[in-house]
Amino acid sequence: MDLLVAEGIKVVRGGKVVVEVEKFVVRSGETVALIGPNGSGKTTLLMTLATLLKPMEGKISFKGELLHGFSQALHYRRQLACVFQEPLLLDTTVFHNIALGLKIRGMPGGEIKNRVENYADLFNITPLLHRRARKLSSGEAQRVSLARAFVLEPEILFLDEPFANLDAPSREVLIDDLACILKKKKVAALFATHDRSEAVRFADRMAVMTGGKILQIGSCEEVLNHPINEQVASFVGMDTTFWGKVVSVKDGSALIAVSQKLIEIIGYFEVGDIVFCGIRPEQVILSQSPLGKDTSIRNNLPATVVEVSPRGSFYKVTLDCGFPLTSYVTTRSLEELSVKVGMSLNASFKATAVHVMKHGRP
Amino acid sequence: MRHWKCLFVVIAILLMGDLGESLGAAGQREVILATTTSTQDSGLLDLLIPLFEKKTGYFVKTIAVGSGQAIAMGRRGEADILLVHSPAAEEHFVKNGFGINRRLVMHNDFVIVGPPEDPAKIKGLKSVAEVFKRIAAEGKLFLSRGDNSGTHVKEKELWKAAGINPEKKRWYQETGLGMGETLNVAAEKKGYTLTDRGTYLALRKNLRLVLLSERDERLMNIYHVIEVNPAKWPKVNALGAKAFADFIVSQEIQEVIRHFGKEKYGEALFYPDAGKKVEELGK
Amino acid sequence: MELLIDGFLKAFGLLFSMDREVFSITLLSLYVSGLATFISLVLGITFGTLLALTEFRGRNFLVSLINTGMGLPPVVVGLFITIFLWRNGPLGFMHLLYTPTAMIVAQAIIATPIVMGISLAAMQSLPQKLRFQILSLGATRFQMFWLLVREAKLSLLAAVMAGFGGVISEVGASIMVGGNIKGYTRVLTTATVLETSKGNFDIAIALSIILLFLVYLINLVLTLIQQRERPR
Repeated sequence: MDLLVAEGIKVVRGGKVVVEVEKFVVRSGETVALIGPNGSGKTTLLMTLATLLKPMEGKISFKGELLHGFSQALHYRRQLACVFQEPLLLDTTVFHNIALGLKIRGMPGGEIKNRVENYADLFNITPLLHRRARKLSSGEAQRVSLARAFVLEPEILFLDEPFANLDAPSREVLIDDLACILKKKKVAALFATHDRSEAVRFADRMAVMTGGKILQIGSCEEVLNHPINEQVASFVGMDTTFWGKVVSVKDGSALIAVSQKLIEIIGYFEVGDIVFCGIRPEQVILSQSPLGKDTSIRNNLPATVVEVSPRGSFYKVTLDCGFPLTSYVTTRSLEELSVKVGMSLNASFKATAVHVMKHGRP
Repeated sequence: MRHWKCLFVVIAILLMGDLGESLGAAGQREVILATTTSTQDSGLLDLLIPLFEKKTGYFVKTIAVGSGQAIAMGRRGEADILLVHSPAAEEHFVKNGFGINRRLVMHNDFVIVGPPEDPAKIKGLKSVAEVFKRIAAEGKLFLSRGDNSGTHVKEKELWKAAGINPEKKRWYQETGLGMGETLNVAAEKKGYTLTDRGTYLALRKNLRLVLLSERDERLMNIYHVIEVNPAKWPKVNALGAKAFADFIVSQEIQEVIRHFGKEKYGEALFYPDAGKKVEELGK
Repeated sequence: MELLIDGFLKAFGLLFSMDREVFSITLLSLYVSGLATFISLVLGITFGTLLALTEFRGRNFLVSLINTGMGLPPVVVGLFITIFLWRNGPLGFMHLLYTPTAMIVAQAIIATPIVMGISLAAMQSLPQKLRFQILSLGATRFQMFWLLVREAKLSLLAAVMAGFGGVISEVGASIMVGGNIKGYTRVLTTATVLETSKGNFDIAIALSIILLFLVYLINLVLTLIQQRERPR
């Protein structure tokens, strides 16, 4: 069911429109990732949906009831919880920090103690309960912040780049833990991040936001593999994009001319159509020689390596095959193929890997 | 949280209590007496005021400021009664209709004090005018209060009468301080100064100053009590003012004034003069 | 030097003999300055916090006024209050001139901008998002206010000490609006001025010592409270 529905949201700051979203829905139990570069308005949208900021225009409904007025918003706020980038803990013990929301709601002391202990255990911070919050490491502090949010057993959770300030090992562990807990507790969540991989870990649905507007919203598969335009494509990591002209069609597939090369794609087009396409780098395969006819790969292009840059557990190889093409290869493959800048390789990808974003007549 | 609320209530009550006392009928119970710092410093009022309050039930607010300010307060109707010693200014005050029933109360006198060595050799000189001329001629240090207080005004008159203008002379220094402090400065710097007898007597055991000239009739410091004119300022407590004036010139109180200081200093500080004429004084 | 020793001896003498006048002067000092500080605490912290947390047109102007108010010469405050409270002045009907209440008002006016200015700075130095975090926990505006005040406790206590220090030592306005009336509006500072001008330096020193001791005692208590809450 639709838990949170926001319509016509417009947030203005300093005379400028910083967020303009026509409709945004979060369903019960689902996790929605809000991704976008810094400054895209994610935090503003998040805080507006949590009624921490007042929009210039717009309506928000929770569980079917329209929210207006501060007191009604208070009732709503007691059913949600927020976790921000900074832990924002108060200068008291960890126990009191976690208990804060419960105390605010007037819960009796004994019950508070139980709940706090349970959730501290859930986040593996029980030994920290009587330490002063200011003395924790950033990883520990963020766990406390999460525990503080979950202890309220909210209906909906708002997370604003909760792992951005953590070092890599803490992040990894915490992401795992959080993913697990979210699944177990079945609480709805709206999660803002600029890191695609985080989004993919948690999200049922993904929304791409830039310049205050939501460009595309859909399942992860949809958004990552079928971005609707170049902006989204570049943000979801579909680094290879190009224009082409349809030169021949046949049975649901077509040949397009791109910088004097011919590429096979699928879809129903007419000769002469102009198309704008993208290919995900994971789907570009590099080899010494063209991949043979005994594979389902329809496209083989000779290419020259332009740049090789490490990306943690894999490498991003940028090639020139008449137009720029990007591929992700594992470290092992890189070594086995002895990929070096300037060398010639074969780049291949399936026709189905080419995603057409736009097409029309010239 | 609860004890904070209690504190608020207590504070509110405290404030209200004091406020309530001030508002309303309090206005009629109060008499604002404007007088000079030297009068207050003599300690006479510390004796007389409680007697007056006990007798009449009025609450006297004694505001001790410089002569100039006291008379200015009367002019503005911000005082009910004045007890000052600045005859010229007082006459002006009454002439302009701000004061009524100006009555002579008492006088004390000024004396000239200086270092025991007496560098200008003024001891034994007959008149104040001679003393001042000698100090000017010798160019010896003289400290003036320089604050337009009654004492300062008197001092200026005396210089004028001696035909000398001490302004800007090297040996003439203005302290801008009260009488007690000025005496201290004079003692420290080994200079001469004009002071009322009362303050000198009160402080002399701690000061290295001796009395060098007295009893010239010019050195008399005459006190009058003046009621502020209710016709000009209807808000003054005319009844209270009159009560105080009547009190201070009453025979009983004049006797108290006559004996004031004898016990402590061995001599009286003031000479009661109620009912006399100014010209008769000192004779 | 002997004067100082004399002063010390006299101070102890006065204290131990429980000299009634000194006692009442001391008590009045505490009452007047204590009440004034309390008022400035309530007004200062409330409005300082409000100002820190809100945005509106002309806010910067208001803040600059408060900062100016912090350096307001007490004597100027005294003068203006006196003029207002004069019998024939606009508030003359209240008969407040030359009363302890007038002194409390004057001192409160002097202390409030100090407390307000420091509270404003203290609240503004709290992390920006903290307010949102607290609201997101379902706090009412009132609860949020208290939580933020508790977070800024260290600086706010400093503000109170500054306000108290400013008024317990104040003399110009107190004399003007109080009249330094014996047994009624005479406090430690005004009594010291009086005794000094009379030339009674030993009494003046004694009163000063009592005043210093009083101020130290109170600041000691406040400091203990402040430092007890410090994060260890």
